[in-house]
Amino acid sequence: MPGARKTRKKNETGETIITLEGVSKWFGDFQALRDINLTVDKGERVVVCGPSGSGKSTMIRCINRLENHQRGRIVVDGIELTDNLKNIEAVRREVGMVFQSFNLFPHMRVIDNLALAPMLVRQMPKKDAEEMALGYLRRVQIEEQAYKYPGQLSGGQQQRVAIARSLCMQPRIMLFDEPTSALDPEMIKEVLDVMVELAEDGMTMVVVTHEMGFARTVANRVIFMDDAEIVEIAPPETFFSKPKSDRTKLFLSQILTH
Amino acid sequence: MTVAHEANIDIKKGSSSLLHNLAFRGVAYQVLLAAAIVLLAYLLYQNVNANLEKQRIATGFDFLNETSGFDIGETLIEYDSEDSYGRALLVGIMNTLSVAACGIVLATILGTIMGIARVSRNWLASILASGYVEICRNVPVVLHVIFWASVIRNLPSPKQALSPMEGVFLANRGFIFPVPEPNPAYTWVWVALAAGLVLAFGFNYWAQKHREKTGKYIATLWPCMGIVIGLPLAAWLVQGAPLVWSVPELKGFNFRGGASLTPEFIALLIGITFYTGAFIAEIVRAGIQSVPVGQIEASRALGIRRGFIMRYITFPQALRVIVPPTTSQYLSLTKNSSLGVLIGYPDLVNVGNTTLNQTGQAVEAIAVMMAVYLGISLTISLGMNIYNRIVAIKER
Ligand SMILES: Nc1ncnc2c1ncn2[C@@H]1O[C@H](COP(=O)(O)OP(=O)(O)OP(=O)(O)O)[C@@H](O)[C@H]1O
Ligand SMILES: [Mg+2]
Repeated sequence: MPGARKTRKKNETGETIITLEGVSKWFGDFQALRDINLTVDKGERVVVCGPSGSGKSTMIRCINRLENHQRGRIVVDGIELTDNLKNIEAVRREVGMVFQSFNLFPHMRVIDNLALAPMLVRQMPKKDAEEMALGYLRRVQIEEQAYKYPGQLSGGQQQRVAIARSLCMQPRIMLFDEPTSALDPEMIKEVLDVMVELAEDGMTMVVVTHEMGFARTVANRVIFMDDAEIVEIAPPETFFSKPKSDRTKLFLSQILTH
Repeated sequence: MTVAHEANIDIKKGSSSLLHNLAFRGVAYQVLLAAAIVLLAYLLYQNVNANLEKQRIATGFDFLNETSGFDIGETLIEYDSEDSYGRALLVGIMNTLSVAACGIVLATILGTIMGIARVSRNWLASILASGYVEICRNVPVVLHVIFWASVIRNLPSPKQALSPMEGVFLANRGFIFPVPEPNPAYTWVWVALAAGLVLAFGFNYWAQKHREKTGKYIATLWPCMGIVIGLPLAAWLVQGAPLVWSVPELKGFNFRGGASLTPEFIALLIGITFYTGAFIAEIVRAGIQSVPVGQIEASRALGIRRGFIMRYITFPQALRVIVPPTTSQYLSLTKNSSLGVLIGYPDLVNVGNTTLNQTGQAVEAIAVMMAVYLGISLTISLGMNIYNRIVAIKER
């Protein structure tokens, strides 16, 4: 871990947008995060990988306070996450999240899924919200599905809707928790394409994924987590060719060979 | 597929027997079943008719116009023993309807509160609600009704009545409370109330449209309450605020003045409300828990506030799960109101029973009761189905 810090590659802007300082979290007696230190710069793309149960989801869910941490500090876009509801709401307005299981609202049409939060949270007029929704649907290339229900779409289409729904809140940071794990192979690419495009537009992204191709081409840094800890942080080139830790080597050999 | 398959077999065997056709068989079974039912009904009718004739009991519904000769303790319409059996039954129907309607409203409120309390993060509320549900739904509804009847019967007599407030009494004669004396001015108050309701709906609609147009959220709860309460209040004040209370007073052994709920009505109402409320609480809990946590997490991640999540995400999805089983609870509550017969509440079954005993026309009396319950049940089902159509949001 001490070595990990040195290898960190600074992004061009150099402006920090997410800071985790000595963050620990317990579920009852079970420690899910142990002394996590991580800073993410504006516009940076960070990929998080690691074995199942290592705390990847827990870590990124702490960043928008879907989980609360018990020790340490988390600062997002200058706002510290505490029990203060105003702070939490402010952070959630800036941070979008995409889930493995899409979590679209099944009782609303696609366009209403997208327009709901801008109307309720940003007090946007319905017409403007829908116009914006159509714009983002065009961007993820499913404008023609706008008036269908989520259940009528394929998995890949649903995940793209979910991404568009997050974008409608115009977040400065996007969190992805295994966005392609629930998808059939032929649908993974269409979702990754959208994410690559998002990265090219300069979005700050923290992505939990096992898509190593994505990590290689898009990530500024790759984080390897194991047993509630960050074991290694490195730029993708070093991470894949010269991993430092034995645990990382073992993990890479497992996922790259099968 | 099946038809082609069957046809193939026929061709192979070289037979074209209808007996091997699935569609034909389906229809044939239904026709046979229907014929059997009709035959059975006819035999039953013949048999009953023959027996009644032997016993010289008249058939038909003429008895409905005959004088009943019995009194009914609790009536919502004018009635005395000079009136006909038909009117007596009508009194019974009204009593059944009033206790069932009150029960449905109260059980829904109680069940909703208890169901939400059960899933709430407030430990005490959730424990209390669980206790309520487990106790109430595991005791037969008959015991509920008898229990409350005996509780009320054991209340003090009017002379020592419990009086939690000036003019309000709780005694073994029921619940007695003051009411305003009738006054022609009240007609306008009612009219104003109706107008207030219409206006409140209008305001709600306008606020919704306004929000869609400008994005500005307007709280409607308090303004609507203001309109619904304020308008009748204004109508009352404008007419000089006429108000004379009819306050119950103890005269001899009972109360005069005011209004009262009878012990039988209260016992039956509390009994069926508590019992059904426990089932509705479970339905509400199941409905809320049927909404996946992912839905709430996604909403929170979008920055949507808790109240809005409840209203736009959890509630609409829970309602689809809640409405259909709640319909059967309403039906069973209505039918359970017939337990009033046990504690002397003059509901339809009670009056129908007396009619049956006096006239001996069992078949007709029971037919009337069955028809009425069927009518009530179908009406509730129809209403709930329409409501379900509205809330059963499309998904695919
Ligand atoms: N709500 C919870 N209550 C108790 N334990 C939890 C809870 N959520 C997660 N955990 C535990 O915390 C640990 C880390 O979980 P987490 O979901 O962060 O793992 P992960 O790295 O995302 O794994 P996966 O790749 O399977 O998604 C696991 O051991 C898990 O069992
Ligand atoms: Mg996970």
